[in-house]
Amino acid sequence: MLDQIAFYIFSGVLLLSALLAVTLRHPVYSILCFLASMFSLAVLFFIQKAYFVAVIQITVYAGAILVLFLFVLMLIGYEKEQRAFWTNPVRFGFAVTLAALSLIGLLWIYRTVGATLVVAQGQAQDLPLQAGSIQSVGRLLFNQYLLPFELLSLVLLVAIIGSVVLAKKEL
Amino acid sequence: MMIPASHYLIVAFVLFSIGLLGVFTRRNTILVLLSIELMFNAVNLIFVTFSRSWGNLDGQVAALFSMAIAAAEVAVGLAIAILLFRSRQTIDVAEFNSLKD
Repeated sequence: MLDQIAFYIFSGVLLLSALLAVTLRHPVYSILCFLASMFSLAVLFFIQKAYFVAVIQITVYAGAILVLFLFVLMLIGYEKEQRAFWTNPVRFGFAVTLAALSLIGLLWIYRTVGATLVVAQGQAQDLPLQAGSIQSVGRLLFNQYLLPFELLSLVLLVAIIGSVVLAKKEL
Repeated sequence: MMIPASHYLIVAFVLFSIGLLGVFTRRNTILVLLSIELMFNAVNLIFVTFSRSWGNLDGQVAALFSMAIAAAEVAVGLAIAILLFRSRQTIDVAEFNSLKD
């Protein structure tokens, strides 16, 4: 019961703040709305017993990525967008049409193949309470997914070197 | 009482479409990147939902990988945004059309 109340409240907050993040004209406000949506998404992960993923979500998105966004925005300066985007009807109509088409397409894919992917409600085996803990996720990460995990560290290293080289004064 | 997986999936689909709307309407390069992050998060929500629905943890591991890739992508993307600002003195995506001329 508590799960259901939390799900409906936080998915509402998630979608509302995501919508505000893409429509508000002031860039700092829209980044702060993004922060709210990341926290609500972490709650949705938590309800689904993905405790470790929820904590990493808050640490990485609210802690690292959001600060990076704000930092770069302050560094290069920002101005409010002069007009709201819906004042240009062609552009707005194009964007809304594409977004609506993608939503319809996703729902159509879900209707056609989704039934085979989602286990029927009666026979769903719910995850045990300890499923999403650091211990069980870490055990999977260091046994079955060891090679991708190590490759990921290489990807992060390349990204660090790449961004340092790109942001240097003279290339 | 579990919430059915389809509810989570519909939330994720709507979140993905909102991100796509942001990519097409925003003029600020940084906020275009922010909208791409919203789309990444919609996919993470789908991974975690299927992880619970199938009763194993592989989806959660995939979501963790996807978050690490997103962090790397943001670091490089924002460095490119700084470079663009340095050469053009603006981050308006409509101004980056020099290939056209």
